[in-house]
Amino acid sequence: MRTYTTNKSDFIFTFFVYTVLTLLAVVTLLPFLQIVTLSMSSAEIVNSYGFHFIPTSFDFSGYRQVFHNDLIWTAYGNTILRTVLAVALTLVLTFLGAYPLSKKFLPHRTFWTGFVVLTMFFSGGMIPSYILVKELGLMNSIWSLVLPGAVSTFLLLIVRNFIHEIPEALEESAKMDGANDIYILWRIILPLSMPVLATVALYTGVYHWNAWFDSMLYIQDEKKQVLQLVLRHIVLDGDLAASGTETGQTNVNTESMKLATLIVSILPILCVYPFLQKYFVKGTLIGSIKG
Amino acid sequence: MSNEQITAINPAVHIRSASKKRTVWKRYLDNKYFFIMLAPVILYFIIFHYFPIYGVIIAFENFKIIKGITGSPWVGLDNFRDMFSGLYFLPVLKNTFIINSYKLLFGFPAPILLAILLNEIRKPLFKKSVQTITYLPYFLSWIALSGIIIEFLSPSRGPINVLLDLLGFKPIFFIADVHWFRSILVSTEIWKTVGFNAIIYLAAIAGINPELYEAADVDGISKLKKIWYITLPSISPVIVIMLILTSGQIINDDFDQIYNLLNAKVSSVGDVISTYTYTEGIQKMNYSYAAAVGLFKNVVALVVVLTANFIAKRFSDETIF
Repeated sequence: MRTYTTNKSDFIFTFFVYTVLTLLAVVTLLPFLQIVTLSMSSAEIVNSYGFHFIPTSFDFSGYRQVFHNDLIWTAYGNTILRTVLAVALTLVLTFLGAYPLSKKFLPHRTFWTGFVVLTMFFSGGMIPSYILVKELGLMNSIWSLVLPGAVSTFLLLIVRNFIHEIPEALEESAKMDGANDIYILWRIILPLSMPVLATVALYTGVYHWNAWFDSMLYIQDEKKQVLQLVLRHIVLDGDLAASGTETGQTNVNTESMKLATLIVSILPILCVYPFLQKYFVKGTLIGSIKG
Repeated sequence: MSNEQITAINPAVHIRSASKKRTVWKRYLDNKYFFIMLAPVILYFIIFHYFPIYGVIIAFENFKIIKGITGSPWVGLDNFRDMFSGLYFLPVLKNTFIINSYKLLFGFPAPILLAILLNEIRKPLFKKSVQTITYLPYFLSWIALSGIIIEFLSPSRGPINVLLDLLGFKPIFFIADVHWFRSILVSTEIWKTVGFNAIIYLAAIAGINPELYEAADVDGISKLKKIWYITLPSISPVIVIMLILTSGQIINDDFDQIYNLLNAKVSSVGDVISTYTYTEGIQKMNYSYAAAVGLFKNVVALVVVLTANFIAKRFSDETIF
């Protein structure tokens, strides 16, 4: 039987939970509301005192500046190109590697799995990887952004675990008809693996959309730079210069232009992530299964 | 006795070992299509993972690009001696430990707490909205997030400083203040990851047998007690595994975050191993020294994860190996 006091304390607790979560959601969103508002405000409003969470008047000159900035659009193209290339390459390599590793009868399976998994726990680090890319002659090429991270051990294991769950009977009946392993992979495993491959594609896509450090290390040509790095030059270098880090750089970009660039760069992700989050959730959950 | 001697005495052994060799070869031949599929991945790991691992030997050399890895002079542990006797590495190591300890201390329980709170929500739309909103920062780069954070904490027009001003306090330049910088790193890290990291715990909570809660309801147990006596013990295996996996984070700092928020005013409290490696290795081109710093970090991270795993093995059944 529920006692009165329990009901009362439960009511207070539930009220507390709703309050905390509402506050969390608001606090998470406020910084975004601020930059959206400032990006579409005139300089007077940007510099005026007070909160800027909801636009009071509209001035899109910041966005107009962004639209006329060729560097931003070249970088946009570069980012799209690297993302598409990397997703394609990652999908092919990950899928091809995951299928054999999912087979219990693969000779020395433990060794080959360990060969891949070991890299999760130990790596050469920043400098040896940098020297490798240099020695391979990939500097200033888009392949320096695509090849070094082409296979993620984590995603490979997710796909392997997924394929492992596909009933063997499906493959055996095809094998009786004389199909070889490559045919089975293409005609039977691939169609069934689409959900997990969507997860791989999305993880890889978001990673490459947001990646910038490799571009900072390997790409010298301004025309080949990715969007995030151009964003960094426009938004952060100006601010850091203001705080005294980088000297001698005159910053001609207005505040609203900086924030308009920021909005333009995150817009694709902002638009798609609410609809794609279930694939990411799935990825996290499959990945957490031991095996 | 050597192998030849055995063969000389008993020729059958020779035949047996040869046939064993043949069966291994045959097993590979039978699975040739699988190895054709696997070959590009193996090649990829050799080139892009095992070559850099081999490349860590430059940490024991005085590496020069023109001389190459094999041609550069061997210096043994000199780079490591320089690290610990120099002025810069130890403060950087200290910063790394302090920042990461705070991140673990506050950042590790945060998603567990969020998952527990979300689980109490009975309105699906509210739950879904809170989740979607808290995932948002997770999908954005630290460059974009840093721009947003710097704007939000701006001393002149950031809302926090406007609020401080309304309450009669002086504005604080959070990003360039040595007393605030680490707190900013910890709180923005939580802001970015808490929603997404809660997923795993939400799944664990969803897997708890509902009969446990029903039995508690019959006894009139309060919600808080149910969390303490049912939810937390039920998800503790997941918590232990996550703790082992994140334990390596004590030395693996978040370069993307710190590099984009760091500035000269706070480098004394915010410069960490990865940013230091970058400055030394890439900007100053002290390849060997920077590789030594990186190697030290990777070895410590590995030892910490293995130790955490060992301890977990001793005290519970939950391990990652």
